[in-house]
Amino acid sequence: MDPARLTRIGECEWQLPMTGAMRVPGIIYADEALIRDMDDKVPEQVANVAMLPGIVKASFAMPDAHWGYGFPIGGVAAFDPDEGGVVSAGGVGFDISCGVRMLRTGLSVAQVEPLKRVLADTLFERIPAGVGSTGALRLSADDMDAMLRGGAGWAVAQGYGAPGDLERIEEHGTMAGADPRRVSDAAKRRQRDEMGTLGSGNHYLEVQRVTDVYDRMTAESFGLAEGDVVVSIHCGSRGLGHQIGTEFLREMAIGAKEAGIVLPDRELACAPIRSALGERYLGAMRAAINCALANRQILTQLTRRAFHAVFPGARLEVLYDVSHNTCKLETHVVDGRPRKLYVHRKGATRAFAPGHPDLPLAFHATGQPVLIGGSMGTSSYVLAGTSRGATAAFASACHGAGRSMSRHEATRKFGGRKVVDDLAARGIVIRSPSMRGVAEEAPLAYKDIAAVVDAADRAGLARKVARVQPMACVKG
Amino acid sequence: MAWEHFAHGADIGVRGIGATQAEAFEQAALALTAVVADPAGIAAQVGVDLCCEAPDIELLFADWLNAVIYAMATRDMLFSRFELRIDGHALTATAWGERVDRERHQPVVEVKGATYTALSVAQDAGGAWVAQCVVDV
Repeated sequence: MDPARLTRIGECEWQLPMTGAMRVPGIIYADEALIRDMDDKVPEQVANVAMLPGIVKASFAMPDAHWGYGFPIGGVAAFDPDEGGVVSAGGVGFDISCGVRMLRTGLSVAQVEPLKRVLADTLFERIPAGVGSTGALRLSADDMDAMLRGGAGWAVAQGYGAPGDLERIEEHGTMAGADPRRVSDAAKRRQRDEMGTLGSGNHYLEVQRVTDVYDRMTAESFGLAEGDVVVSIHCGSRGLGHQIGTEFLREMAIGAKEAGIVLPDRELACAPIRSALGERYLGAMRAAINCALANRQILTQLTRRAFHAVFPGARLEVLYDVSHNTCKLETHVVDGRPRKLYVHRKGATRAFAPGHPDLPLAFHATGQPVLIGGSMGTSSYVLAGTSRGATAAFASACHGAGRSMSRHEATRKFGGRKVVDDLAARGIVIRSPSMRGVAEEAPLAYKDIAAVVDAADRAGLARKVARVQPMACVKG
Repeated sequence: MAWEHFAHGADIGVRGIGATQAEAFEQAALALTAVVADPAGIAAQVGVDLCCEAPDIELLFADWLNAVIYAMATRDMLFSRFELRIDGHALTATAWGERVDRERHQPVVEVKGATYTALSVAQDAGGAWVAQCVVDV
């Protein structure tokens, strides 16, 4: 993108001026190099989001923004129900509540390094990953509904984890307002064999070493120190979320005209928050959030069991669990007054500031842990929410590196076997059912995550706490 | 008749080209299969009947791909041959394929859904029908 299209209003903050039917301006957080690398579709999609009814303050894009569908990936927008605001199935996307969970292992690099291949094999054997993989759980209709209401809380009650895990999950593990009656039988059927599965594509389970600590006090509060080993799990609401996204996208696209909403892009399909369709979607989407939270909770327990097989007595504790494809009702101060807004984050992470009442006590002084996933060969980061971020983009930060290369181009350029061998030479063990899948997810197919995280830090969206690097990765 | 993929930043576009809308839809479904695995390695052993109805031809195309995606996900199948009939804004089809064999098919990625991004069903300058959209993987 040519930066001349934007007005620079800060070191890492650019404004897309209001034109045409835009109701608010666009704001993109990035440094100049990231802006230059950004797809021209990003400002187009930021502008389209700015045209939706009831949008408040601005249509935001995070430093990892790239061409999505309807919303850019890395898009954030809040809507006020009192001003005709909408909820958008396109704005949440297909993989509802896709997110990242980080576990502290209590183990050091020195302990894990000699056994990392065995550990990778054990994890690969026990964590269902890739196309056609199935979980061990089969839920009855009543159990399915209980899972959709209870989220990670339900999973803990079934023996997957401990009650202490729940306070380290957004919404304390259970999204309120979930309504399983709003989830179609087709969506429930699609989930039948998929509880406790990782999925495919960019989803992964990674064993990582903490290599750098930037903020020692916060890192200590998070229980992180250089040389520690952690685990990151990246996945979402599986087939249930995909089907809910598919069904409501269609219904909202067809219903928009009747609701008097002009869609600049069909993918921005939405409905008034205060409408029967909007309320049905919110009930179903929240159920999908619970499905994702339950899924990551089950995977956490499978991970614990795999670790115990290799490191008897290891205690894996949840550091935090964040979702980055959601719409949530939150209170934000706008122009000096608190307002209840429906905040859409599409490929963006919530980043509550220190003192936020929804944070567990452990994070009141530090702000929310913000978990930013990298790709197989690159770093991932732990950040923390800031007061500046709370007033910038509705307490939001980036979610990952973002692709710089299409899957096709990546497959043409990289062979899966070579990617695995190159990473092995760097000490990173990859286990995946698909070599072409590995090629599509090659580290060089992604943007420089360090630049993305630095821009988020310099923009004040969140502050850097620690960097982790992969030791072993199970790729779906 | 042909199918191809086209680039999208995060995901992938599928495109079918044919002399009729039905052929273009069939070819696009092959392009969808090819996102997951090589269609040449999938035996057309079992037929699954599918039907869709939509307010317009573009939504019908997205519905068609989503019906195939749903059949793949819930039947654990891959499809390599499609027979399709379009009547106005409704279609009936049979998708032929087999159960996923992870060793033999080497499936790459699940498709989450057909998006409305770059969605179009139209004739090109030469009169061929082209049906396309981006799918989320």
